[in-house]
Amino acid sequence: MSAAVVCRGLRKTYTGGRTAPVEAVRGIDLEVGEGECFGLLGPNGAGKTTTIEILEGLLEPTSGEVEVLGLRWKTSARQLRQWLGVSLQETRLNEKLTVEETLGLFASFYRHPSPVAEVMAALALNEKASSWVGKLSGGQRQRLAVATALVGAPRLLFLDEPTTGLDPQSRRQLWDVIAGFQRGGGTIMLTTHYMDEAAQLCDRLAIVDHGIIIALGTPTELIARHGGEGGTLEDVFMNLTGRRLREQ
Amino acid sequence: MRGFLALFNTRMKELAREPEAVFWIFVFPLIMAVGLGIAFRSTPPQPSRIVVAAGPGAARLASMLQQDPQLRVITAPSSEAADGFRLGRYDLVVTAEGADAAMQYDPARPESVLARALASQALERAAGATAPLAVSATANSAPGSRYIDFLIPGLLGMDLMNSGMWGVGFALVEMRQRKLLRRLAATPMRRGDFLGAVLASRLVLMLIDLVLLLGAGVLLFHMRVMGSWLAILLISTLGALAFGGLGLLTASRHEKIESATGIMNLVMMPMWVLSGVFFSYERFPAVLLPWIRLLPLTAVNDALRACILEGAPLHTQLGRLAVLAVWSVITFAAALRIFRWS
Repeated sequence: MSAAVVCRGLRKTYTGGRTAPVEAVRGIDLEVGEGECFGLLGPNGAGKTTTIEILEGLLEPTSGEVEVLGLRWKTSARQLRQWLGVSLQETRLNEKLTVEETLGLFASFYRHPSPVAEVMAALALNEKASSWVGKLSGGQRQRLAVATALVGAPRLLFLDEPTTGLDPQSRRQLWDVIAGFQRGGGTIMLTTHYMDEAAQLCDRLAIVDHGIIIALGTPTELIARHGGEGGTLEDVFMNLTGRRLREQ
Repeated sequence: MRGFLALFNTRMKELAREPEAVFWIFVFPLIMAVGLGIAFRSTPPQPSRIVVAAGPGAARLASMLQQDPQLRVITAPSSEAADGFRLGRYDLVVTAEGADAAMQYDPARPESVLARALASQALERAAGATAPLAVSATANSAPGSRYIDFLIPGLLGMDLMNSGMWGVGFALVEMRQRKLLRRLAATPMRRGDFLGAVLASRLVLMLIDLVLLLGAGVLLFHMRVMGSWLAILLISTLGALAFGGLGLLTASRHEKIESATGIMNLVMMPMWVLSGVFFSYERFPAVLLPWIRLLPLTAVNDALRACILEGAPLHTQLGRLAVLAVWSVITFAAALRIFRWS
């Protein structure tokens, strides 16, 4: 299995004008295999979004190396953007465009996009094809955000909290889409707060806290190692991140 | 090209679906032109308002003055006359001094100076003076020389500036605020395509604006367009590009609408004052004039006035067009370099 994402010694320090520097990421090493679904878990402010945005080429790391699909951002950004699908947290797309127009616009940026109708069907957005984005429900908007990531027919999909705030049906619908993308040979890297989502979707997980990885493995391994007797992933998470809270 | 066209199309659709935007873009400039046009329309000259201070001899002076139809004469007690003059209700105070008259006027008020001249003339004539020389005069307020003719090209220029700066700048800061720019930056979209599409969509609206404003001038105020419409269109296009570029540049880093608003006003304010929208900038000290002429709004206004009012052919306006082209290129290139996508 070749690597879709490799990063070594990743650090990101935000230096504000008047505030003390914030070390959002303090040395992360990761390797995500091609075809894998990899999850980043961690409490708010742990550095998940910073990490994923560095991998997406939206932020420059303060130090460390990143290689995505065998290429580096410095030299191959244009090629990488063709291969990547990205869904960010809280993007508000143009409210006065319809779902179909929005996807058509995103498709126009790619050399080999998927047909818009196909993507809409996959995300159950067909009925809303000619609705304005401003009129969509929260769940529909989130599905549209994922649809904009998928319409470029990416090899690697980055999803930052794709199901936050969704009702159970919408979450399951998105899980099916993500699982389907993986079955088609795609690689996924996602962040989430939901343990059931991580357990359901991810082949491997990294639990991130205070800018470093504090545990890495398959859901089963993590439960065996950190979950205690008859534990769940939830227990793993609480044991690991809660302990650090108590230590501070 | 495909990306540019898709961006341009969606941008046009968005604008068309924004009722407020349509109002501001199309209705507002027209209201402004009509309002100002009415305020500054050519009206028959107002009579000079003259107050005669009550007292011995006042009635004689008043009747002498009233022989001139250009004068409106009132008699009032002297304290009331002085107050009215100070507050601008009267242009001139006339007081009888025996058989002669004394006048009180304000040299800083043109209407007062005019009233003094007319009143002296009327009194002398009524007292029997004859003109040593016959002078004839005819009135001439032909279209082309009126204030409204001066004003409309200036309004056009100002409208190009306002809609270029606000339209482009606001839209971009708003997209940055909703993190849409960040999302777009994560796609293979060519960044120049995007900025170009935002500019181009604005350009189309500005040109529609131009036709509306100039059309209003022609229909409502019987303005005469001496130059060619094609030349006007070309000047406006270059102006629109320059202001769009300036809007792009001022909006290239701000994350909040509030801070962007401040900087935009800062950029536009000097041009509102200096570039000759409402009055000729030749009134400013001569050392400033070469610098004022380098401002994009000055170049647009001058070129439009030359073309519309004097019918100047395009090749005489190359210098001004070059000023606009330089502004467009520099601002666009700089914006592309420092533009923040998140």
